Amino acid sequence: MSEGFISRGFRGRRKPSDESRRLPPGQYLERGFPVLSAGPTPHTPLASWDFSIVGEVDQPRRWSWDEFRTLPRETVAKDIHCVTKWSKFDTHWEGVSLGTLLAQVETSANYVIAFSDGGYTTNLPLEEVLNGQAWIVDTYEGQPLEPQHGGPARLLVPHLYFWKSAKWVRGLRLVDQDEPGFWESLGYNNHGDPWKEERYWGD
Amino acid sequence: MERRTLLGRLSWQLGEVVATHPETARAKSITLAPPNWRGHRAGQHVDVRLTAEDGYQAERSYSIASPPEEAPRVTLTVERLDDGEVSPYLTEELRVGDKLELRGPIGGYFVWEARMGGPLLLIAGGSGIVPLMAMLRHRAATGSSVPARLLYSSRTFEEVIYREELERLDEADRMLEVVHTLTRAHPPGWTGYARRINTQMLREVAWPVEQRPLTFICGPTPFVETAAASLVELGYEPGRIKTERFGPTGET
Repeated sequence: MSEGFISRGFRGRRKPSDESRRLPPGQYLERGFPVLSAGPTPHTPLASWDFSIVGEVDQPRRWSWDEFRTLPRETVAKDIHCVTKWSKFDTHWEGVSLGTLLAQVETSANYVIAFSDGGYTTNLPLEEVLNGQAWIVDTYEGQPLEPQHGGPARLLVPHLYFWKSAKWVRGLRLVDQDEPGFWESLGYNNHGDPWKEERYWGD
Repeated sequence: MERRTLLGRLSWQLGEVVATHPETARAKSITLAPPNWRGHRAGQHVDVRLTAEDGYQAERSYSIASPPEEAPRVTLTVERLDDGEVSPYLTEELRVGDKLELRGPIGGYFVWEARMGGPLLLIAGGSGIVPLMAMLRHRAATGSSVPARLLYSSRTFEEVIYREELERLDEADRMLEVVHTLTRAHPPGWTGYARRINTQMLREVAWPVEQRPLTFICGPTPFVETAAASLVELGYEPGRIKTERFGPTGET
C-alpha cells in the first residue's frame, strides 16, 4: 500500500557503493559495538563453566573450560547484522566450530537449540550450523570476550541476524522437531536471514 | 504456527502525522494515525522507514510513548542525534499532515500490562524513559493501583523528557513515586539526586528485595549495565529484571 511513497524532504545519507553492497536491506553501518540483551549480564566463573551437547544424541558430551580450550580453534572474520538495524563489518573472532563439536556425537536430529546462562534459547536448523557456518567463540578482536558481549563464550552464526548468536552459551540441545527459542516466541522470525530481511513473524 | 497465522505479517503502512510536540530541545513527540493499527502493549516499539526521491531508504526502530488506550493513535518520542540520519528528519523536517511509513508493534518481552502486577520499578536513562512512559501512562489510564517507582537519570533539568507530565502523575497518585537524578548540572535549590546512579542510590530507591519488584531498565548500554548489575548485587532476581539498551559499549 505504500508502493511509490516518498518521505517529503528526506534526502538521506548515501553510502559508498562497496559499503551498501555489504549491507543487507534496512541495515546501517555501525562503528561501535552495541549491546542488546533482555536482562542482566550473567557472570559465570570459568571454574564452573562447561559446554555440553545433549538431546537426541547417542551419548551426551561435556567439556570443561580447560577441555574446551584444547579443542582445535579457528579464526573468523565476518560482517554481523543485528535485527535492530545495525551492521558491523570485519569483526574478528576465535573459537571452535560447531562442526568440530558436533563431530563428537552421533545424531539423527534436524535442529539445534542453543541454551545460555540466564535462560536464553535460540533455534537453528542443523544444516545451517555445520560446514563453517557457526562457532562457539571466546575471543573478540584478540581479547577474551567481555561478559556484556556474551563472554566467556557465545555462539557466532554470522549469516543470520545476531540474536541467533546466543550470548553466554552453555550448550546445544539436538531435537528432531523445531521449536521456537526466546525471541522466536516473541514475534521475531524463526529463521532470521538478514539478506531476505526475515525480521519478524510472517516476513 | 497458530499464533503466526493469527497475527500475520507486520506490514508497512502510512501513518499521517496528526500532532507534534517538542518535549525538550532535542526530543520531540510525533503522533501518528496509522490506518491499520492492531493495538500494542506498553513497552513495544515500531520500525520507521524513510524513502528519498531516488528510492534510497533508511530504517530505524523507535519506542512507542503512548499507552494502548490511545490506539489507534500512536505517539513516538524521538531524540535527535547530531550525527543521525533519521532522527534529525523526524525531529526537524517532519510536520503535521506528512505521512510516515511504519510497521509494528514489535517486541513481546519488554512490556508491562496492568494485570502483570508489581510493584513496578522503572529505571530510565535519558531517552530510555520513552517505553517506560508508555507503561506509566498505561498504568494511569487503567486506574491501576499497582505501586510504582520511577528512577530517572538525565544530564540536566532541561533535558528531562515529560517533566511536567511526570510531576502531575506523581502528585495525583500516592502509589507512584518519581525520583530524578541529574548527572551534569542542576538548578539552584535542587533537592533530587545529582550524580550517576549507583548501588547506593538503588538501595535507597528500589523496593525492598522481598517485595520482588518487576523491574524495567532502559537507557544507554553502560547505564543499563550498571543498574542491572547493581540490582543483582543487591539480591534482586535476575529473572524479574528486563532490560532494553541502545548505543555501543563505552558510549555515555
